[in-house]
Amino acid sequence: MIVEDWGLIDYAEGLERQKKCVHNVIAGEGGHLILCEHPAVLTLGRQTHPQSLLYQRKEIEGRGVMITSVDRGGDVTLHAPGQLIVYPIFNLNNRGKNLKVYMEKLQEVAVDLLKNFGILAISISGQRGVFVGPDKIISIGVGVRKWVTYHGLGINVNTDLSLFDLIKPCGLNVRMTSMQKLKGHPVPLKDVKAKAVELFEKHFNFPSFL
Amino acid sequence: MTKIILPELGEGITRATIACWHAKVGEDLVAGQEICEAVTDKASFVIEAPAPGKLKSISVNEGQEGLVGGVLGTIE
Repeated sequence: MIVEDWGLIDYAEGLERQKKCVHNVIAGEGGHLILCEHPAVLTLGRQTHPQSLLYQRKEIEGRGVMITSVDRGGDVTLHAPGQLIVYPIFNLNNRGKNLKVYMEKLQEVAVDLLKNFGILAISISGQRGVFVGPDKIISIGVGVRKWVTYHGLGINVNTDLSLFDLIKPCGLNVRMTSMQKLKGHPVPLKDVKAKAVELFEKHFNFPSFL
Repeated sequence: MTKIILPELGEGITRATIACWHAKVGEDLVAGQEICEAVTDKASFVIEAPAPGKLKSISVNEGQEGLVGGVLGTIE
């Protein structure tokens, strides 16, 4: 598995780079685990409802938040600095080609990650993403091409939560929270990155997974 | 005529919504070309043309649900 940290990267540029990785994995390269952050952007997934945007496009962009449509499942979500993005570019061809198992493994990693920082998170039946009480802390949205995955997790570490007021996150009437809010202080992103890599290796049983 | 089938996506997944068609009826397709996207459970899955030819028909339109193993369209 190739672990890459792209730092703060423009969403569109990050998507192009993801697609290149997908292409390479389809061509036979090993999997990638990409870590990054994006400048503030709303991404509209394939299942976005118009009413999930709570303000006019101009007002949203006036707050410095870009809007873009993307080829992943799910409704609208927000990315912004302080949110750790994890893009697993994994080849599921030799792993049973099972989207449900893959999504469940992502949720397991997410819950375990938070547990390592003293946060008790849960999955809610029928809803993707990870919650702390009623509040959502991690969003999940996945794309699959020739059974190679892309897109992934948005983990609110130190995200400016006021930006979520612009939308109904994932089309839900749900409040978002962050590790910073729950811990009462900023959480070092590098620590979360290191733990995320460790847990992906554990839950996806690397290197045998790839 | 070749049927475009909604593939098995995993145990327990019996249906998916067609989010968009990238190809139009009458369009010439090459085998492996990305022709539509199915979404289920927060995952978007790209479906490719199983054979070369013209996209003859679409039986599950954008926003409609298709059944796993069911026909989404045909190529001739």
